[in-house]
Order: sequence, then structure tokens, then C-alpha cells
Amino acid sequence: MMRCGRFHYHAPRTLRDACAMLQDAGSDGMLLAGGTDLVPNMKRRQQTPKVVISLRHVAGLRDAGPDGNRVRLGAMLTLSDLTAKEEVRARHTALFKAAAQVATPHLRNMGTLGGNLCLDTRCNYYDQNYEWRKAINFCMKKAGEICWVAPSSRRCWAISSTDTAPALIALGAEVALATRDGERTLGVADFCRDDGIQYLTRNPDEILTQVLLPIPAPGESSTYWKLRRRGSFDFPVLSVAAWIRRPPEGRVEAARLVLGSVASRPVIAEAAAGLVGTTLSEDVIEAVAEEASRLAKPLDNTDFSLGWRKKAARYLITGALRELRGDDPQTLGPLARRAAELAPVG
Amino acid sequence: MSASGGVTPRAESRTRLSLRVNGEPVEVLFETYKTLLEVLREDLGLTGTKHGCELGECGACTVLVDSRPVLSCLLLAAECEGSHVRTVEGLAQGACLHPIQETFADLGAAQCGYCTPAMLMTACALLEKHPSPSRGDIRQALSGVLCRCTGYLQIFEAVEAAERRIRENSPGGSEGGG
Ligand SMILES: Cc1cc2nc3c(=O)[nH]c(=O)nc-3n(C[C@H](O)[C@H](O)[C@H](O)COP(=O)(O)OP(=O)(O)OC[C@H]3O[C@@H](n4cnc5c(N)ncnc54)[C@H](O)[C@@H]3O)c2cc1C
Ligand code: SF4
Ligand code: FES
Ligand code: FES
Repeated sequence: MMRCGRFHYHAPRTLRDACAMLQDAGSDGMLLAGGTDLVPNMKRRQQTPKVVISLRHVAGLRDAGPDGNRVRLGAMLTLSDLTAKEEVRARHTALFKAAAQVATPHLRNMGTLGGNLCLDTRCNYYDQNYEWRKAINFCMKKAGEICWVAPSSRRCWAISSTDTAPALIALGAEVALATRDGERTLGVADFCRDDGIQYLTRNPDEILTQVLLPIPAPGESSTYWKLRRRGSFDFPVLSVAAWIRRPPEGRVEAARLVLGSVASRPVIAEAAAGLVGTTLSEDVIEAVAEEASRLAKPLDNTDFSLGWRKKAARYLITGALRELRGDDPQTLGPLARRAAELAPVG
Repeated sequence: MSASGGVTPRAESRTRLSLRVNGEPVEVLFETYKTLLEVLREDLGLTGTKHGCELGECGACTVLVDSRPVLSCLLLAAECEGSHVRTVEGLAQGACLHPIQETFADLGAAQCGYCTPAMLMTACALLEKHPSPSRGDIRQALSGVLCRCTGYLQIFEAVEAAERRIRENSPGGSEGGG
């Protein structure tokens, strides 16, 4: 048996208590939500908290509902809870498709929205057991000095592999963060940071309590395309979240494109500006996809070959934009056909 | 039971917990670092639930917690206070197998058998929630458990056969229903 190390376990019932416990624990403490990221990391000794503060029994963190022109989604909603919500499926397509393609149904029954946004970054040299990492000498993400992917680098390049973060950035969502002293909100885009070790701007004493999602205005649509080796279990190797506002038969008024799993944070493609004012003709889509795919500068620390992943970026972006144009998913290849069958079972 | 948690830490490193396992109330004292899988197998002697990867990558350790299939290798047992945990040991009623067990045996849906407890529990949860799932629903629900032997086809067929058997045996169930 591969076992977790020893720790003190707390199961607070109120957010206030949870915040106090987290602050008191200082750098020894970590929050436990569904545990599908933290528990394997504890078994592999990538993360070694001395104090584990469970959010499972904290009141209010599973609430969801409208709030003015936004929807509030509690951080402890499981990904299954989320995909079972008809309004998420119908209105926030990018989030639905992202959440419905995380891992497996079993893991989605456990994994939470908040945990997904705070998911640790990934790297082939880091996602290994203790003995493996010790044998080649630990890297700087945990206990070592060097980066095995880029040995002359002073930073860690581990990859942001969350499916929901790119989708939520494309949808213009915010997160609410609570401490003992109060709450602040910030855009999901500003919550993420381009560093494999400090990959969030979250302060150590902050608890993510909710996601705030704008209710789409007429003409707004979104989608999420994910590349992975198998249609179940696997983390994204590349993903694209796209959002546009376009009146029926009209021209695009606003657009956002976000690439996932290409850096230590989701990457916003400025090239999306090239969609505004157009009717999404094939030429426009191809030019924007070409430019946006240049942001995908994959490193050799995940699945698939480098060159192929770069080519795949253009394919995914083109597909997502064609889908938002209104093309029939059945004509858009196997990824789109499979995504069209996503249904909340489990 | 402590006011803050409902889980009583004892000597800090051990936890005492009350939960229900296969319908029976159970109280168990265990090392706090243990997952539900470790507590089931090592402290409760329920070895029907298998351990494979122990990292969430195979599904062999699936049990039902409050009717949902979850991976017991990633769930700290301390998190299960007051939960109802169902394992493969609870499927049969005395000498009478659950229909899903019968059809797995009849149709060759188990070969080495290592994934079988997880497949059975996942299928059981699916049939309780969706009494007549499509082949697509079955594929999706079982996509969280790997099988290295069967190629899955017999497993899908066994779930469909169990669904028919349950329907035919239920009061008011019709033989020819769609
Ligand atoms: C085999 C396998 C496949 C997977 N595939 C995917 C995949 O395809 N896509 C994907 O995105 N993920 C995947 N995951 C990772 C994980 O299952 C999901 O990201 C899940 O949503 C994590 O949520 P959790 O609640 O389990 O997080 P936990 O493990 O509980 O926590 C994750 C991290 O977030 C912190 N945290 C949790 N909640 C909060 C909060 N409210 N406030 C502040 N910090 C918090 C924790 O301290 C921890 O550092 C996979 C995992 C496994 C084991
Ligand atoms: S990118 Fe480098 S430092 Fe970061 S986890 Fe991988 S090997 Fe370690
Ligand atoms: S033992 Fe493999 S998922 Fe739990
Ligand atoms: S029967 Fe052998 S793994 Fe499924």
C-alpha cells in the first residue's frame, strides 16, 4: 500500500472556523476538498501538509444560485453536481464541456470546482513517486534545486492542467476568496500565475468559496475542446476555450480564446481580437487559429510529441471556432462528435 | 463527538468514526492517515474492494458512498463520518446473488476478476439511478474502471441483461417492455 504521511486532521463546520484553522496552521496547513489531487500528491510525498483542513462539512460551500446578472457556484460543488445542473449545460457550455471531460465519472463524483481551479501543476519529472524523484535527484518544485525539463532555467515550467480554469476565463468568471478578515473577488484570469510552483495568486490563508459566472446575454455562446490520449481518465494535453458574442446573422462583437495546458497558467490569446467585426469566415478562422496557436510552445514534460502537440493546437482552435460559427459538430471530427455525446451520468 | 468536526481525534494520530457499512452501523478506530480503502481492507476485514494503482488511475477500489461510485483509495476514511458505504460484500442478500452478479457470471463478464467488484458497484449505482440506461450511458458510467481482460463488451451486455432481469422481477415489471 502506498500511504499518506501523518498529519493532523480538522473538519470545521463553518467557514469562519476553517479560515481560522488555515491561518493558524500557517505553511504547515493545506485544504482538502475532494482530495483527488491532494491525496495522490500526499502519497507520492509531493505535498506533505502537517495539518489537513477538510472543507467537506463546511456549511454553505455547496450552494448555487442566481445573484443579479451572475450565477454563484459554491467551491465544494462536485464536478458531477455541476454537470447535472441543466442551466450550466444549457447556458455555460464551455464550463459544462470542461467539467464533463475531467478525469472519470468516479473522480468527478469526488473532485470539486474549487479543487479543480487550485489543481497542482503537472510535469513528467514531478508526477512520480518519492523513490523515482529521489533517484534522479529532486527537482525544484519539491525539495530540489534544478529543473529537469530546462536545466538552465531558474523557474519551474510545470503545466496548468485544470480543465475548468480556461473555460471560466473565457466566460469572464470571477472567484471569491475568504479569510478570517473578509472576502475579496478577482477574475479567474488574475487568480492564475505563470509559474509552475507559485501557480496561483491566492494567499496561503485564503479559501476559495465561490465562482461567480456572468449569465450570458443573447448572442453569447461558448465551447471547450480538449485533447487527451484516452477519452477517459487522462488530463488535458492541450485545450481551447472559446467565447463569442454575435447577434443572430450578425457580426462578432466580442471574443475570447484561452489555451489550456500550454504553460503554467491558462494563456489568453490576443489573436481573438481578429474575430471581432467578422462573420467567422473560413479565412478569418484559419488566420486567427494560426496566430493563436503560436502561443502553444510546449515543453517536453507531458504526453505526446512536441511537434504534434503544436500542430494539434491549430486544429483545436479551428474546430472550436467553427463550432461557435454554428457548424454541425458531426462535421467537425472525432473530438467534436465525442463531446456532443457528453451527458451527465453517474 | 467534538463540536467542531463530528470526528473525534484521539491521541491525534487516530480517529474514531461511526458510519454505516452495507447497511450496518459500524464504529472503527484507525490511523488518521488511512484512506477508506485501507480501513475497509485492514481494519474492517472487507477485502472484496481491490487495490490497484492507489492513485486514482484505475478504478479498482470503487465503492458507493451515499449511492455514488467513488474511489476509496483517494477518500480519507476520516471524511466518511455518518456516510453509508456500500461494498461488493453487501450486494448479495444471504445466499441470493444480486442480478448484476448473476449476469456477470452467466455472460463471462469477469475473467481475472480484479476489476469486478468495482464494475459491479458502478453498474449497481447506475441501475439504481437510471433504471433503463442506454449502451452509451453504460459505457460512460463504466469509463472510470479499467478492465485488462474482457474488452468490456461482455460487461456492457451483463449490465443490460441485469437491467432486464431487475425489470422482469419487479412487481408490475413486464416481460416485453422496451
Ligand atoms: C487519474 C486522474 C485523472 C485526472 N484528470 C483530470 C483532468 O482530466 N482534468 C482536470 O482538470 N483534473 C484532473 N484530475 C485532477 C482532479 O481530479 C481534479 O482537478 C479535481 O477537480 C480536483 O478537485 P478536488 O476537490 O479533488 O481537489 P483536492 O485534491 O481536494 O485539492 C486540490 C488542491 O486545491 C486546494 N484546494 C481545494 N479546494 C480549495 C478551496 N476551496 N480553496 C483553496 N484551495 C483549495 C487543495 O489544497 C489542493 O492543493 C485527475 C486526477 C486523477 C487522479
Ligand atoms: S518543470 Fe522542472 S522544476 Fe518544474 S516540475 Fe518539471 S522538472 Fe520540476
Ligand atoms: S486503486 Fe486505482 S483508482 Fe483506487
Ligand atoms: S476481469 Fe480482469 S481486469 Fe477486468
